[in-house]
Amino acid sequence: MFNGRWKPLTRADPGGGSRVTQVPPSRQAMQAIVRGSGGRRGREPVAYTRHSNGIEQFFDQIRSEPGLRILDLSGASQANIAFITNLGHKLYSEDLLQSLDLAFGDGDFFANQLEPARAAAFLAQSLNFPDEEFDGVLAWDVLEYLAPPLLAAAVERLNRAMKPGSALLAMFHAEERAEAIPVYYYRICDASTLLLTFRQERRPAQYFNNRAVERLFQSCAAVKFFLTRDALREVIVRR
Amino acid sequence: MWNKRKEEDSAPRVAATPAPPAEAAREAQAAAAPAPPSRLTALEAPRGVAAIGKSVIIKGQILSREDLYLDGEMEGTVEVPEHRLTIGPHAKLAASIRAREVVVLGAVNGNVEASEKIDLRKDAKLVGDIKTGGIIIEDGAYFKGSIDIVKGAPEPVVRPATIPRVAQSPYAAAAASPVSATNLAAGEPRR
Repeated sequence: MFNGRWKPLTRADPGGGSRVTQVPPSRQAMQAIVRGSGGRRGREPVAYTRHSNGIEQFFDQIRSEPGLRILDLSGASQANIAFITNLGHKLYSEDLLQSLDLAFGDGDFFANQLEPARAAAFLAQSLNFPDEEFDGVLAWDVLEYLAPPLLAAAVERLNRAMKPGSALLAMFHAEERAEAIPVYYYRICDASTLLLTFRQERRPAQYFNNRAVERLFQSCAAVKFFLTRDALREVIVRR
Repeated sequence: MWNKRKEEDSAPRVAATPAPPAEAAREAQAAAAPAPPSRLTALEAPRGVAAIGKSVIIKGQILSREDLYLDGEMEGTVEVPEHRLTIGPHAKLAASIRAREVVVLGAVNGNVEASEKIDLRKDAKLVGDIKTGGIIIEDGAYFKGSIDIVKGAPEPVVRPATIPRVAQSPYAAAAASPVSATNLAAGEPRR
């Protein structure tokens, strides 16, 4: 099943060293594991490390200047907190995906996001930041699960919360026909390496190609793309 | 004495054969002594620690000069400046907290200041800002707010003038040289 290409982990372990390969699982292997048919260890969560140009670019900009404020939208994790605070920065943490589930999880997830009152309440509760508060935003892949009107409002809020010249890192899956895509916990191992731990599989709100991403961030100064081996577009957006 | 059976039930049963008398005496002595609070025992109030049960509701201020286990509802402020505060799994706090060490298993809505460390366990929920010397977060804990890691205060020792001033905290350095947005804009990537 695994062909010696990668090894599943039983828990997130940024310091896993040799237990974590740098080759991501194939789409078929991931689906088999989600179904529980991935062999003897099929139900164990999957984790792998890989080089990330996006995270490298992001931290190139902020590493030399301590005392910055970084917003992490994937929820608090020991690895990310340790890495960012060791650089001397201050971290603000919010699990946007969990907040989305709490706000819209009853019934049709995407239809609920189209209700103006619920969308407004979500924005007020989860993305209510002062203007020009953050020097960097780690959005990871959570923007993929926002319905278009709510996504536009969320990006506008993030844009306002970022200082001029600051950077945002986002990720978008590059598989156009995928019904559901894997959601990961993103753990920063070092300034250029990520540990991705499988969290769940879910349906994205829409597919993003390069043009769609550019349109989404058209009010920003610059957008830069990196296509990774595990079919993710890493996007660095400059405010 | 009264809790001996309970402790025996919760202890791992690794030896079915009777222990030698000397070992048995040592074990009995160890069982009688108050165990230090550990990750395993943090779910229940350790003996010898002031405890507020899950059916207690408090509005106001708590100031404790010993370790405190809080498992009820609380609104106000909690100060345990020199000791450890454990917030139990049933606790619901809308309070600002200041302690030497804070372990959270329940729900907290408020700012937390822990001079030594804060430990967020698997099902903990914390909404508020954290200011601490160190933090441990288990996967599954929910946290929303800012984290400010405060390095230990420098020792009051007169340093030789030849030592550069890089040992001070990064926040002090940041305050001395404010961040300039133009520095960030200098390395703007091209599309």
